[in-house]
Formats: sequence, C-alpha cells, structure tokens
Amino acid sequence: MEPYELTITEAVALMADRKLSSTELTKSCLDRIEQTEAVMKSFISLQPDRALRAAADADKKRAAGAGGSLLGVPLSLKDLLCTRGIPTTCGSRILENFIPPYDATVVERLSAEGAVIVGKAAMDEFAMGSTSETCAFKVPSNPWATDCVAGGSSGGSAASVASGQVLGSLGSDTGGSIRQPASLCGIVGMKPTYGRVSRYGLVAFASSLDQIGPLTRDVTDAAVMMQAICGYDERDSTSVDRPVEDYHLFLSEGVNGVRIGVPREYFGPGLDPEVRRTVMNGVEVLKSAGAQVVDVSIPHIEYCVAVYYLIAPAEASSNLARYDGVAYGFRDKNAADLLDMYKETRSQGFGPEVKRRILIGTYALSSGYYDAYYKKASQVRTLILNDFKKAWEQCDVLISPVTPTPAWKKGEKLDDPLAMYLSDIFTLSTNLAGLPGLSVPGGFSTGGLPIGIQLQAPHFHEGELLRCGYNLEMGVNLERLLPPLMNAV
Amino acid sequence: MEFETVIGLEIHAQMKTRSKIFCGCTTEFGAPPNTHTCPVCLGMPGALPVLNRRVVEFAIKVGLSTNSRINRVNQFARKNYFYPDLPKGYQTSQFDRPIIENGFIDIEVDGGLKRIGITRIHMEEDAGKLIHDEREPVSYVDLNRTGTPLLEIVSEPDMRSPQEAYSYLKKIHAILRYLDVCDGNMQEGSFRCDANISLRPFGQKEFGTRTELKNMNSFRNVQAALEYEVRRQRDLLLEGEPVIQQTMLWNPDTGRTEPMRGKEDAHDYRYFPCPDLIPVEIDEAWIDALRASLPELPDQRRQRFIDAFGLPEYDAVILTESKELADYFEAAVAVYDQPKKVSNWMMTELLRELKGGEIGDCRVQPLQLASLLKMIEAGTISGKIAKSVFIDMLDSGKDPEWIVKDKNLLQVSDESELLALVKEIIAANPGQVDEYRGGKTKVMGFFIGQLMQKTRGKANPKLANELFNKELWG
Repeated sequence: MEPYELTITEAVALMADRKLSSTELTKSCLDRIEQTEAVMKSFISLQPDRALRAAADADKKRAAGAGGSLLGVPLSLKDLLCTRGIPTTCGSRILENFIPPYDATVVERLSAEGAVIVGKAAMDEFAMGSTSETCAFKVPSNPWATDCVAGGSSGGSAASVASGQVLGSLGSDTGGSIRQPASLCGIVGMKPTYGRVSRYGLVAFASSLDQIGPLTRDVTDAAVMMQAICGYDERDSTSVDRPVEDYHLFLSEGVNGVRIGVPREYFGPGLDPEVRRTVMNGVEVLKSAGAQVVDVSIPHIEYCVAVYYLIAPAEASSNLARYDGVAYGFRDKNAADLLDMYKETRSQGFGPEVKRRILIGTYALSSGYYDAYYKKASQVRTLILNDFKKAWEQCDVLISPVTPTPAWKKGEKLDDPLAMYLSDIFTLSTNLAGLPGLSVPGGFSTGGLPIGIQLQAPHFHEGELLRCGYNLEMGVNLERLLPPLMNAV
Repeated sequence: MEFETVIGLEIHAQMKTRSKIFCGCTTEFGAPPNTHTCPVCLGMPGALPVLNRRVVEFAIKVGLSTNSRINRVNQFARKNYFYPDLPKGYQTSQFDRPIIENGFIDIEVDGGLKRIGITRIHMEEDAGKLIHDEREPVSYVDLNRTGTPLLEIVSEPDMRSPQEAYSYLKKIHAILRYLDVCDGNMQEGSFRCDANISLRPFGQKEFGTRTELKNMNSFRNVQAALEYEVRRQRDLLLEGEPVIQQTMLWNPDTGRTEPMRGKEDAHDYRYFPCPDLIPVEIDEAWIDALRASLPELPDQRRQRFIDAFGLPEYDAVILTESKELADYFEAAVAVYDQPKKVSNWMMTELLRELKGGEIGDCRVQPLQLASLLKMIEAGTISGKIAKSVFIDMLDSGKDPEWIVKDKNLLQVSDESELLALVKEIIAANPGQVDEYRGGKTKVMGFFIGQLMQKTRGKANPKLANELFNKELWG
C-alpha cells in the first residue's frame, strides 16, 4: 500500500508513530499527481515546492513534539478559498491572475493544524455547475470512469481525494457542490450547518447558501477535518458563536433508538432504480443497527429547484458585480470608455453559465419582478424550512439519495441547463434550509459507478450526522475499493 | 397665480467613528490615496463585512434626538450599481427596514415653531473618490473614503420655503454636532444635502413635478439654490411650460441651477437584503443606556439660555445654533456674569467679524472676550476703543490688557489732565462758547469731539461732560 492511499487518520497515526514522515507522504502524493493528473485534471494550480517545504516543516514540528490534528497531511483546496500569495481563480478567466493578499479563515485553521496544501482544485466557474465542466481551465475526471464527470462544483476536490492525489480536500457547497461530487466519486462529503464554518475568504457565489466543508475518504476523516475548520469567526457576521462539539466522540456511539426519517418525496419517479436500491439498503443497514425508521414528508420539496435557481442567481448577480475590471482581475485594456470596459471585461471574463445566472439573478431582482420572483422565492424558502422543522419532530436524521443517478458522461448535460439544474434536486433543500448534510458511499451501480447516500440533520447536529454516517459506513461495509484508475496507473 | 413651494431634504452625514462601518480601517481624512484600505473595503473576493457597533449607537442617538421610532430589528440591503468608486458593485445600505423611522424636529419660523417630519434615517457606507487627470483622459480611484459610515436623513416634504429648509438643515446640523456624531463640515463633504423641490398652486393637494438639487456645499448655497429654483419653476409654470423631473446642479459661480449633464437613466438599484449581514437587533437596555448618555440638545439649551440667562429668544436661537458658539457664550459668561452684554457683543461684533466662519477658528478666546467686557464696565476703556481693541485681538490673539497697554489706550480719567485740555478748548473756541451759552446745547458734542481728538478717543466721556459743564457755566 502506497502512502497516498491512506486515510488522514491512518496517516496521522503512522506519522505519530514515526513510521511515516510528512515528506514521504507528501512526495507520495506529488508522485501520484504527476502520474495521474494528465487524466484526472483535478488541479488548476499546484504548489509542490511549497508543499514540500510545509511537509519538512511539519516533520520538524513533530520531531520537536508539536501536535496538530492534520500535521503533515497533504490536502487540496477548492480554488475559491483565498490563499495568501497563491492564485485563487474560482475557475474563471476573470480571476485568472488574482493573488489574494490574505488567507481564508479555514485556510488559517488548516495551517494551524499543520496541514500541507498541495494545490488548488478545479471547479465550476464561480461554483456554478454540477459537473465542473464550466471551469475555464480544466475539467476533472471521475476516477471510476474517466470519461464521466467528477460532479461539481467541487469536482476537482472530489477527484483529487478519490484518485489518491491528496488525502482530503475542502470544497464549498451552495446547492450540493460538496455532497454531489463526493457521491459521484465514491467518497465522503460534508456540508456543515450554515454559520458553523466561517465564510471569510470563500469567494462568494450565493452568500446565504454557501458553506465550506470537507471531502474525505471516510467519515472519521470528515470528523477530523470538521473539527479543524468549525467554529465562530468574528470576521464573518453569519458565523454562529456556539461551541463546537467533539465530533470524534459521536463516531463510537451506535444508532440504537435513533429515528431515521425517510422523506417520501425523495423517492418519486425519475429516481434511478439502482440509486433507490442503494439508499434503501442504507435504511436497512441503520435499521438492523437499532435505528427506528420513520416515514416523513417534506411537501414543498418540489419547489426547491425553482426557489434555488432564483435566490442563488440573485445573490450571485450582486456578488459578482465586483468583477468589473477596475481594481483587480481581468480587464479589457482596449476598451474605449468606462461602459465599454465594463461590458468587454465581463463579456470576455465570464463563461456562459455564469452569464446565464447573472442574467437570471438580475432579472429576479429587477423592479417590477422582485415581488414575483426573489421575494416569492424567499417566502417559499421559509416554507421549506418549516417542512424540515416539522420533520424533526418525528425523526433525528433524514436519509435520501444524493443525486437521481450515478455519474454521467462528460458533455452529456452541458448544453441542457435545465437537466443539469434538475440533477441537484435532492441536495438543494439542505442549503435552502441551512441544514448540515453528509454524503456517504452506499454502493455501486452495475456499471461500477459509486452511489452515495445523503443524510441530513437539524441545525448544528453535525455530531448526529457523523454518528449515523459512521454507522452507515460500517454497515454498508464496502471494501476499500480503489478506482480502476488507481490500479491502472 | 400664486404658488406654494414644497421642499424635502436628504442629508448625508458622515459619522465620526474612528473606524469604517464594515472594517477596521481608519476614517481619517487626508491620507495618501488607497492607504486606508483593506480587503473588506476594497471589495476583494471572499472578504466579508462586520458592522461597526458605534455606527448603530450613533444612529440610535440621532433617532432619540429627533423624536423618531427606533426599529428594534433592522436590516442592511444592497443597492446595486456599477461605478468605479464602488468596488463591490453595490453599496451596502438600508432599504425597507431602516434603523430609524417616523421622527420630527421643530424649527423656529416667524413667530413660532414648525414641525418638520423625518421619514427615515438609515445607515450606509460612503463610496470612494474619483480623481480626473486634467490633461490626460485618465481617472484615478481613491478608496480611502470607501466604507466611511453615513447616516442618510430623509425629511418629509414639509418645508414651504427656502428659509424653512435652511432652518431645518441648521437644526439637524446642530443636533448632529451636539451629539458629536458628525463633523458637520459642508465644504469637506462630511455633511451633504440634496433637496427635492416642487411648486403647486395654493390650495392644490397634489404635489407638482419636482426637481432634485445637488452640489450645494454650504448652508447659504442651499438657500440660494432653492430660491433660484423657486423662481425658475414659477416662471416656467406661469409661462404654461412643464417642469421637467430631473436632477439639477447648483452652480455657485453663475448662481443658477443647471440640469445635470449626461443621461440620468431611471436607475434600477435591485435592492435586496444583504446576505452577509445578519439583521441588527436592538434591545431596550441598549436604547436606555444611550438615552441616558444623550447630551443637552439644541432645543433644551435654547430654553435654558432663555430661562437661566434671561436672553431674548432671538439671541438664544442664534447662540445655540452651533454647539461651539453656545459653549463660547457659556465660557465667557462663567467669567463675566452679564449674559445679555456677552450676547450683544457676540451677536454683533463677534459674528460680524467671523464673516460666516467657524467660532473654532476665532483667535479671541471666551476668557479674553470676558476680560475686554470687564474693562469696558470698569471704565478702563471706552466702548468705542473696545471695538478697535477687539479687531486687534482677532488679528493677534493677544489679551486685551496687553493691547490696551501696548497702544496706550487707557481711558483718561485724570481730572486735572482733562481739565487743562477743557480749558484750552474753551479758550480756543469763543464763538461756540457763546452759542452754547446762548442755549444751543448741541454744541456740547463739538466740545467733546475736540477733546476726543486731543486724547485720541481716550477721554472718559462721562468725566469730560462734567468738566465742560462746570467750566462753561462756572
């Protein structure tokens, strides 16, 4: 077994026992990247020298007796997390040359735990997409079938973790962008409660929905990374000042007596039978571990796509106004005057999906349409939240599919935005309601593609989620299958 | 036809907080361009705003001082538009849930008070500044001012004349200065005012078409611009021409309002609640603490000046219009307990010589003015001499005692010294002496004048009168 195949927890244990150095581990990952990156295309930029310096530093620290939950662990970061001195492109031409003068809070926290940042992962432009295909630079592959998408928008993060390039990654989830690629790539992805993780330094897509979270190879690693990044940050007014639980403690607890809700609306027509079978297997697994299964309803779920695709673009249209060519980023230098500069800079700098969403969002906020679109969507958002509140009276955790189907072929839905939007149907409500969500590998399709199972819990019940996720992981008991790519190389 | 003028004002007041509204950068004025900036006020990707608590406190204080409702829950909204001085592409402001609503203040109008409604007061951030190169087609952007906290104070269209608008503006200015929440400098732009103005035939209920006036950077300009605009609109209406709804700029050089050049498209600002800032929640304890901390306000002080110092209302209004002026008055009265005399001197000599300037720039300190007035009372100098000494004090900042001594201006009250001169004058003017003795008592003025000439104004007028009387009849 190569070091790059280890989980974070395994690697940290080996390093603690001096059986492995961070330098060896990091080199192993860098070698792996060198072998696979031409096919995987997980990274927009790589910082190998910096990573090796950080690894050497971590080894020194460990030798000196210093700890850190991620000391010496090679990770990737979705390229919308600001990194001081390292380009942060958001997968967009318009930020191609942007080098932030500051680290995102989560980056500071990872660094404080001794993590080694290897590179910046590919993503849909400004996190707008479900396949990472709207990235201006690279389209990551699904390591289980490289002609398939890795999912999105944190596709590069998922691909890099699943293919053994790094041990873990941070992504962001606005409508499923962590959970969906994790599901399609056969890894664990967690979206924390809105406000649990600071958004400072996360380049905003839709501010009321965005949340940073980990992508890892198992639930235990997710708990480790969550422990590192969660907590109040005075630089983010929407972060919540509330103590962070010890997530690790939840893992060892069983699910005896836990009420698992099965929301019937998530299992309607259009759901791939293999996905249904996988999720129902997950239900059985938890049931046999002692959980109680409850039938619940989230009646307004059918409005999620409509609500999400009004609120998210509306916020995006405002958040992306700053990319105007004035202070930083791309500018069309041939523009004749101010208006021309705005038009040309934004026409050339943004890709078609981003433009589409800016247009939708601008329209939804326009005078005369605001009440019918943005305001109405905000009201329905409250109804969706209320549905969940009602569900929590009957159950502790909801179990559902992550996506209606396993991964699809690259290019398949790129020209059909509506089909693409509908693929997010099971993940959107989590963000609209601000809930924590977890995607855990549940099995494989007959075609050999991973299928994930989604768990959702009430606000700030991350511990509960990790506990159920861990029990699910144990019960489903997938052999640690390496993607074919891993074996091939 | 007679028209009624309808005016409403929008005031933008920069808050005197040490740091900006959403970041820790200093609000200090006059630094090299783009040095008082950080990722937050530069609108860099990923940066997030954090509300400055002091701004909320200042807004609450202003709300409490304007009889307004403090909205216990209020919210920031984004006002979206593109401009190079606005790095985020939106201004973080308040829209449908402002912090303050439904207030009023009373202004002094001829023979009484008039109540002017305040529609709303909200918190927002200031934009940066563009600097245009005169020679090259280049513009520079300075974002030092970006994020400076502003209160926007919107009045009801309750004012019926430019004079009322002036009084309202002065009163709001005074309140902000008394609260010490704003510098109130119109020239430097820390206190700015736009006006909406329309005319309608007397008796008509509906408002006429309004214009918006901008670029009025002094109190006098506000009044002058409104007066001009009243005439312009009235002339149009009398000619049967329509008033066009547009933004007009006041040109202080020509003394006219001129339509703002360029297209003034009807902006669609696409306001929506700012998702980066949670709603502002204000509890009673916070409001109570701020209420308890409120200083004496202009209206209260005016009343105290009337009650405690026995000043006429007119004096009290003028003296309390500016906190500094009122402080000056009280400092002088503390040393020289003759309020009306201090007031007279300030209202005439002092305000005239300030020529509209700030009392803070005056080189004569209140204690020096008090000394001067004491010298008049003691007969050390005459009132007339005092006026020239005062001018000297304004120029030099020196104490009146020093000036009087240095220039040898002490009043001559020495009887023997004056008597000699009186005798001299009587001897030299036999004709006038006869006239006087013949009953033309007005000639006394001539004798006194002669004496003042010889003493260069220093003769004690009371003593001079006595001596002439004695010599001419004696």
